[in-house]
Amino acid sequence: MTQLALIIDLNVCVGCHACVTSCKEWNTSGPAGFMSDDNPYAADPTGTFFNRVQTFEVGTYPDTATVHFPKSCLHCEEPPCVPVCPTGASYKREEDGIVLVDYDKCIGCKYCSWACPYGVREIDEHQKVMKKCTLCVDRIYDATLPETERKPACVLACPTSARLFGDVHDSESVVSRAIRDEGGYALMPEWGTRPANHYLPRRRTEIKIHKDELIRADNPLKRETERPEGPVTEQTLDDVTSW
Amino acid sequence: MHPAFSVIFLTTLIGTGQGLFVALYAAEVLAAVGLLPVQERGVYAVGSLVVALFLVGGLIASFFHLGHPERAWRSAARWRTSWLSREVIVLPITIAAALTYGAVHHFGWNLGNFSRVSPVGGDLSLIVGAFGMLATFTLFVSTGMIYACIKFLQEWASPLTVINYTLLGLASGFIFASAYVAYVAPALLAFCAIAAIWLVLLGLITRSASLIRNARIKSKSSLQTAIGVRHTRISQTTQGFMGGSFNTREFFHGAPGWMFRSIKWIFLALAFVVPLVLLSFGLKERSTTLLVQAFIVHYLGLIAERWFFFAQANHPQNLYYQAID
Repeated sequence: MTQLALIIDLNVCVGCHACVTSCKEWNTSGPAGFMSDDNPYAADPTGTFFNRVQTFEVGTYPDTATVHFPKSCLHCEEPPCVPVCPTGASYKREEDGIVLVDYDKCIGCKYCSWACPYGVREIDEHQKVMKKCTLCVDRIYDATLPETERKPACVLACPTSARLFGDVHDSESVVSRAIRDEGGYALMPEWGTRPANHYLPRRRTEIKIHKDELIRADNPLKRETERPEGPVTEQTLDDVTSW
Repeated sequence: MHPAFSVIFLTTLIGTGQGLFVALYAAEVLAAVGLLPVQERGVYAVGSLVVALFLVGGLIASFFHLGHPERAWRSAARWRTSWLSREVIVLPITIAAALTYGAVHHFGWNLGNFSRVSPVGGDLSLIVGAFGMLATFTLFVSTGMIYACIKFLQEWASPLTVINYTLLGLASGFIFASAYVAYVAPALLAFCAIAAIWLVLLGLITRSASLIRNARIKSKSSLQTAIGVRHTRISQTTQGFMGGSFNTREFFHGAPGWMFRSIKWIFLALAFVVPLVLLSFGLKERSTTLLVQAFIVHYLGLIAERWFFFAQANHPQNLYYQAID
């Protein structure tokens, strides 16, 4: 079975919102129709987005870390939003695990958004149907595109490659390796939703050296001892040979 | 959660209708076994019509919650998994059962199959009524489970939610029944009013239990689990946009703190304490006015109770929408 998913590397994300704008651009121009915006350039703007980038501050000044946190539908393997839908408009595809909304069946009761702990479903205030990330289902299978471009818009837009896309059920895929090797984790594991999307944690790269390793105990050539200084008047080896 | 008045009126109106139906059928059954005086069939017929009006009123209110009411028929599709779908199916069945029950009484239909025809004048109404009772209680459970089945809305995810929806619906129906029979069938007043007092008392106990439970809830989700960072001090700098969104409108009640806190005491007074007093005096003095007042006050209290029920539920998605920058 296939389960497509995004892996988001929080260590790399710089919070530029390129994924947000490219997502909106692709999906508002798609066959499913526009994604509503109200007052985009006026006071109190509001609109429908599949993807948001949020920013969190961890720790207290001066010892803080800024975490940019992109959030979109996690395409859960146990999606709580699907069984509650009274019409069957909200469904999870068997073939690739993408959770989708059938806009022609959705009655706009908002119950699925109540049943999503992550708040990634947003109702379209003008089309009055529930909208959510489709993993760019209208692009990832498009055979007219070059194969390298058959990826969600957000993945292609990310300037730092913080977003990976692939099949998390294939244990040798790039995304599975990333989860396995770099400590990928799921959000709110306490609700048993088993999100397919994973996040790679912030990692601080440090060289681990103990103090006593700074000067080598066994140092037969005395490499770290200070060199004799003083005016050098004669020619040295450096002057006569080229290394 | 943001309390939607469409849902508030849906749940309170159908609750009253269901409770009234239970009151009517209980009165008929008790009359059939000789525990209550037999009434004219018109009492049940008109009462059932009022039940249907309450239920239809709730149904109409529910349409205002939908983005596409014209597609509402589709919502009967997923009854295998969705409590909302089950409610959508059972509500019209309950309406149909109430109307049939009323028609059976109005036209005096009878099967004549029982050897002892009941003193209320027929056996068919008892059968139809029993079916209606089944539909009524299925509807109570469905309505309650819509909220109780969302496990991460911890304020709702409790059997108390279903119990409260059932008891408060029964209580409001029996209070209405008291006022109704005070007009048309005073002999049933004692039964309806005393049952109403007991139901209000029971409802007060179970609703208080859920208030106490909710006051002690420890949220399972936190910013730590929400973004997966292990640190005791995490705060949001920005939610990612400057204005509002569906997420900031639908999941926050938006009322000032003093209002939120006072609504609790207001509904405890209006839905429980004042109706208890009015019911007691209305029963003692057989005053229709007091009983009507009891129902009006109780219903206003129920609206406040439902508002508080929604407002108190703290959705875990709110963790992601704490700061604008």
